[in-house]
Amino acid sequence: MSAKGLPAAMRARVAEALLPPLVALLVSIVAGDLLILAVGQSPGAVYRMMLEGTWGNAYGFGQVLYKTTTLVCTGLAVAVGLRAGLFNIGAEGQLAAGGLGAALVGLALPAGTTALLAVPLCTVAALAGGGIVGYVPGVLRARWGAHEVITTIMLNFIVLALLSWMLSGRLRVPETLHTQAIRSGELPRLATWWAPFHGSAANASLLIVLAAAVATSWYLFHTSRGYELRAVGLQPEAAESGGVSVGNTWIRALTLSGALAGLGGINFVLGYEHYYEEGFATGAGFLGIAVALVGRSNPFGVVLAALFFATLSQGGLAINALVPKQMVDALQGVVILAMAASVPEVRRLLAIGRSAR
Amino acid sequence: MSMVLAFLAQTLRIAVPYLFAAAGGVLAERSGIISLTLEGFMLGGAFSAMLGSYWSGNPWVGVLAGVVGGLVLGLVHAVATIRYKADQVVSGIAINLLAVGLTRYFLKLVFDSSSNSPRVAGFSAGTSTTALVAGLLHNPLIPLGLVALPVVAWLMYRTPFGLRVRAVGEHPEAAATLGVSVARVRYVAVALSGALAALGGTYLSLDQHQFTDGMSAGRGFIALAAIIFGRWDPMRAALACLFFAAAETLQIQLQAMQAIPSQFVQMIPYVLTIVALVGVVGRAIPPAALGRE
Repeated sequence: MSAKGLPAAMRARVAEALLPPLVALLVSIVAGDLLILAVGQSPGAVYRMMLEGTWGNAYGFGQVLYKTTTLVCTGLAVAVGLRAGLFNIGAEGQLAAGGLGAALVGLALPAGTTALLAVPLCTVAALAGGGIVGYVPGVLRARWGAHEVITTIMLNFIVLALLSWMLSGRLRVPETLHTQAIRSGELPRLATWWAPFHGSAANASLLIVLAAAVATSWYLFHTSRGYELRAVGLQPEAAESGGVSVGNTWIRALTLSGALAGLGGINFVLGYEHYYEEGFATGAGFLGIAVALVGRSNPFGVVLAALFFATLSQGGLAINALVPKQMVDALQGVVILAMAASVPEVRRLLAIGRSAR
Repeated sequence: MSMVLAFLAQTLRIAVPYLFAAAGGVLAERSGIISLTLEGFMLGGAFSAMLGSYWSGNPWVGVLAGVVGGLVLGLVHAVATIRYKADQVVSGIAINLLAVGLTRYFLKLVFDSSSNSPRVAGFSAGTSTTALVAGLLHNPLIPLGLVALPVVAWLMYRTPFGLRVRAVGEHPEAAATLGVSVARVRYVAVALSGALAALGGTYLSLDQHQFTDGMSAGRGFIALAAIIFGRWDPMRAALACLFFAAAETLQIQLQAMQAIPSQFVQMIPYVLTIVALVGVVGRAIPPAALGRE
């Protein structure tokens, strides 16, 4: 490779990574304009209101951070799977299982257990709950070749039904869909450190989750296991002949993926409501796919994309007076569709550009 | 005897949306395009059918509107995956979210409600036990649903179009060599799958005389489960739909007895799908080109 070729190759890689999210952003803004014009409002005013309600005041920003926390987890889960060439669509069930795991440990620990012990135990339980749910499709794929797209979708329904059954027994508070409040393992709200966040649900689990993003990045790009995982994702046959067990790597990747999704459970259970509630995970799994795609399966990209989708989600509430908040539900679909269509298209156009030069 | 009839009638009523959606799904999947979209097609169809019936007061206009809604969503999926080569799984998920979002948005916009539409003209008869059987005949979508998969089977195995669908789903390169336009066959198959699945959604909203938010309620995924459990064969998929519907009916009828927790009955289609993929009862092997460009 010539000295001049290297920066060009780098530029192409950067363009290939960043152009699709920009295209998706533009397309979703245009789609948003159309939906806003459909109700006879001015797009500029609506977008300004959205920004003011999210980044423009401490409470709104706290809510954005709370939503970001869960989305970073499901986004990382999907990203790790994609790096290994696997599509984990089961993040919702894994997240819910992680939440129940954290709540069960928090309920089992005696009241007054020091947070230094209780928080790590509950966090490990969340990782384990999600990890177990992720392990199953890993084994199904590695041992029997059952495609993980289908098995993770089916497992979502199975796990959510199973959790609902577990809750329907003695676990729940009668007439509700949630457990008793945990007696130990609560995480402090961010408002206890910085008063303007008062009232928002943002809590210390954000720090744990950001640490998990850093750790995931380290694992993927600086360990031999991570290298194997990415090798399997790029070229399973080549990795296999290079001495990597593809099956074991798949199992490891999906277990890690599930554990990361499960970790998101601490945001709701330890940080916000202090109990497990049926349905707290609804929608976060599919949004995790959007987050991982826009974040280009890079842990730091995932954090930024999570921030974007959390802003969109909280922004929906902020604009409800002008435009139905349901607009952002539609926009999430638009972003994913535009992302899916622009990734191969950008790659194709860049390739044409290269060969023409 | 009347117990048996009531059971059968209820099973058929529950099966109809599955049968329509599975008919669409078999067509698309056999042409090589993954059908995670059935859920969104159904929801979109349910909404546009309700809208058509609401504005015209005529349920048949509703049926037409439902079909058009499904065709549009099907074409969006087809353009994304065929023209732009979008990942079929990702596009499928996007279509589903889009359907949820757009139906919610327009439900709020048109009817100022976040839960349901007003009552519209529909098809269903009463719900008492004796009316169940008669109701089957009053709703023309029920017999249509029952023949949907047999018609797809005929289309697939007895017509040149079906031969092309199977060819592009198994070996697109070979089909292209023989002069078949792979893209065109897939466009038609995916658009038809949108229309058929939307009829399943149309049945839901016209049977209940209204649209409710998220009314497809996972039925598109149960239809997908039936396709896989039926090993991508239309007639076996039809049997799987009927079987899943019978299990649901049984659960509804046993609810008073609390014999089995309802959650376990809900799991049946999904568990059986995994069992089929793992190959305990004969391996389910997807069409060779499914999900590939």
